[in-house]
Amino acid sequence: MSPTNIFAPASTPADSIFSLSMFVILACAVIFIVVSALLGYAVVRFRNKHSDDRTEPAQIYGSTQVELAWTVIPILIVIALALASARVIASVQDARRPPNALEVIVTGHEYWWEYRYPALNIVTANELHVPVSDPAHPTPTFLTLLSANTDHSFWVPRLAGKTDLIPNHPNSMWIDPHEPGLFLGQCAQYCGTQHAKMLLRVYVQPREEFNRWVEEQQKVPHGSTAEAVSSNAVSSTGQRVFESTACVNCHTVSGTPAKGRFGPDLTHLMSRDTIASGAARNTPELLRLWIKNPDAIKPGSKMPAMGLSEPDLDAVTAYLETLR
Amino acid sequence: MSTNTITLTEVPVISRPFTLRLHEWVTTVDHKRLGILYILYALTFLIVGGIEATIMRLQLIRPHNDLVSPELFNRMFTMHGTTMIFFVAMPLVFGFANYLVPLMIGARDMAFPRLNAFSFWMTALASLFLYFSFLGGDGLYGGGGAPDVGWFAYAPLTARTFSVGHSTDYWTLSPLASGFGSIGTAINIFATILYMRCPGMTLGKMPLLAWLNLTMAGLVILAVSPLTAAQLMLLVDRYLGAHFFDTQAGGSAVIWMHFFWVFGHPEVYVLVIPAFAIASEIIPVFSRKAIFGYPVMVMATVAIGFISMSVWAHHMFTERMSSGANTFFVLSTMAIAVPTGIKIFNWLATMWGGKIRFLTPMLFCTAFLFQFLIAGLTGVTLAAAPFDWHLGSSYYLVAHFHYVIVGAIRFTLFAGFYYWFPKAFGKMYNEALGKLHFWLFFIGFHLTFDFMHVPGLLGMPRRIYTYEPGRGWDIWNVIVTIGVFFQAAGILVFAVNLVWSYFRGKTAGNDPWDAWTLEWSTSSPPPAYNYAVIPTVRRRRPLWDLKHPEDPDWRYE
Repeated sequence: MSPTNIFAPASTPADSIFSLSMFVILACAVIFIVVSALLGYAVVRFRNKHSDDRTEPAQIYGSTQVELAWTVIPILIVIALALASARVIASVQDARRPPNALEVIVTGHEYWWEYRYPALNIVTANELHVPVSDPAHPTPTFLTLLSANTDHSFWVPRLAGKTDLIPNHPNSMWIDPHEPGLFLGQCAQYCGTQHAKMLLRVYVQPREEFNRWVEEQQKVPHGSTAEAVSSNAVSSTGQRVFESTACVNCHTVSGTPAKGRFGPDLTHLMSRDTIASGAARNTPELLRLWIKNPDAIKPGSKMPAMGLSEPDLDAVTAYLETLR
Repeated sequence: MSTNTITLTEVPVISRPFTLRLHEWVTTVDHKRLGILYILYALTFLIVGGIEATIMRLQLIRPHNDLVSPELFNRMFTMHGTTMIFFVAMPLVFGFANYLVPLMIGARDMAFPRLNAFSFWMTALASLFLYFSFLGGDGLYGGGGAPDVGWFAYAPLTARTFSVGHSTDYWTLSPLASGFGSIGTAINIFATILYMRCPGMTLGKMPLLAWLNLTMAGLVILAVSPLTAAQLMLLVDRYLGAHFFDTQAGGSAVIWMHFFWVFGHPEVYVLVIPAFAIASEIIPVFSRKAIFGYPVMVMATVAIGFISMSVWAHHMFTERMSSGANTFFVLSTMAIAVPTGIKIFNWLATMWGGKIRFLTPMLFCTAFLFQFLIAGLTGVTLAAAPFDWHLGSSYYLVAHFHYVIVGAIRFTLFAGFYYWFPKAFGKMYNEALGKLHFWLFFIGFHLTFDFMHVPGLLGMPRRIYTYEPGRGWDIWNVIVTIGVFFQAAGILVFAVNLVWSYFRGKTAGNDPWDAWTLEWSTSSPPPAYNYAVIPTVRRRRPLWDLKHPEDPDWRYE
């Protein structure tokens, strides 16, 4: 089964859309069957069977009764469908935010996602972690959607419909996933060259697991403390290279001089399964390739090839491997 | 009704030198020649836009394909969309209106023949702007090539920050120039229909085609103007430091969306209403019955025109307007289904009890009815805002609007080509090739656009140059791409048929279809002045009354 099937909802907004969509599809299917059957009948029954028959059929100019019927019935169907839609619009868009909701600020960049958890003091990128929400005691996650540059759209089909991230126009949406697991999606509003590889990964975790993830993210990373670095010559060279090149202009590693905001926060890079916004798995080989030549993985991405020497590439990769 | 040609024009004209004939065509103000120019121009760009679509489909045939770069793919969808709307669909619509409206209302030309020529050449200039970008887009800044901002060019991607070089400028100039052309033609069509009708042809006795084109012209004037204004604003943003859409300086990306879609949605009806017009002429003639419920058809058309001006923001459901605004646009959008449904039922009732002749034009019109039914219903699913939060910007949406533009508009335009070809050139097209074209295109259309709905339902967004494996999208994309080849083969057969019939077709005569509207009373092709004596009409089907004095319309109208 497709991991991005809109008909496999796992969260309340997606559930409400699913039930509405079944109603709308049913209504449309009935109309389709009736009208196409009439059309099929007309095509078969009223085709001119004898091509030499030049007499004209009876001319009928209209009928107020039937025309009234096929005006009034569609009006009734339209009212029913519009009311059903209005109900779901209100229930999803105007949902009250419970006090125990988790807040995440999502910022769309070219071409990656930044996640900030203001209450937890966590900054991460590309892989969103949220707790499972028990339907009996919902703990939804509310997303505030911002954009740092062009328009984007946050769409994880099994969790909710899409909402656009528009500069100067903060939006919001919410999810309350009922089951743990990895939910996939991707940017759904054209945002530039690498719109295609601006992938979304949402990790829904049971509460204890989520809390453990939070603790890990809140720690100052092991690799950036001075004594830990000195224990490994290669990674300490890597850190020196990292901090003395343009890397620090775009990336943050907390507790170090690297404080850039243009690219993803790398403080806990090794806690992530993927790099380049989901475009590649997070393995040492791919990470090295990504630093050496980003275009090999994601042509047109904003990460420049830094032109590092081979030993420096090894060292920087080794340093990044320590950021757990 | 009297004789309509002066025999003098039948004297064979000795072939003149090519340059002289070219000069005549370039300087012409004859509505028929301009109509043919519009159509030839559109058919040329149909091939260009088709090649762009084929490149995209080949790239998407498998995941992680690297046939083209993301930059080229993004250019292709931008150019495909802009080309197909501004240089294929609109010129075809204007071409048919230009050719047919004066003939069908018994006029000798459009109200403003020179404005007509000006409008056509503005449209031609617009395409030069767009396609020159392939050469000139690089500009001084090196961010080059054709525009890659998408055909609706959402801000702030078009701002100088994100779009260096001149590619976006060429994109902006193109709808700007064609906008002037479109507005000029629309004013012309509007004035022609209101003031140039022959004696006796009251508004209520016009052919439906004239009514529908009147509505279309009104919509063009209302809808294209905001687009033209927005292009000027964008140019001012880019070159004079204004901040209408420049979000980095406090401008609003959302304002651009409103400007664009207040054009963009009525635009769909600008294109589909003339398609309805063609169907409303062909279905009665090939069913051998009068159109069912003429007054209701007129009312439904005008109602569609009005309502279509108040539905634009359904393109922005995912932008998150307030729940009240969303509900309003759900209701207004769904309301359009009512007059549209009336039209489908009335066409169906026209066929009901008739003696339908399934020649090529009628085959295309029948397929149109079936496909427009589906397009309308998928439109209703998209109108339900919460459902649109999934479907909007997905391949389901792409499939839906291609169902409208190809399945409804293109199919009726093909029907129109075959129906009026004998009138325009005096030669019959080849029926066997016509049917072959129909079946190839019908199969190709359904392979491509039926199956294109599925990846959208499985989460595939539009405008991605490649996609991840394992999402269940692969097989559907293969089928969609296969359909392209059937469509291309159909277009090839169509082109062969047109060229072959033009030179070798059988002489058609004035009235090959035994039809009822005025254009069939003059010669084929019609003389430059259309009618030697301006006809006088008393009924909606002037030729029916002539042919059937025993059962005239006036007893019933």
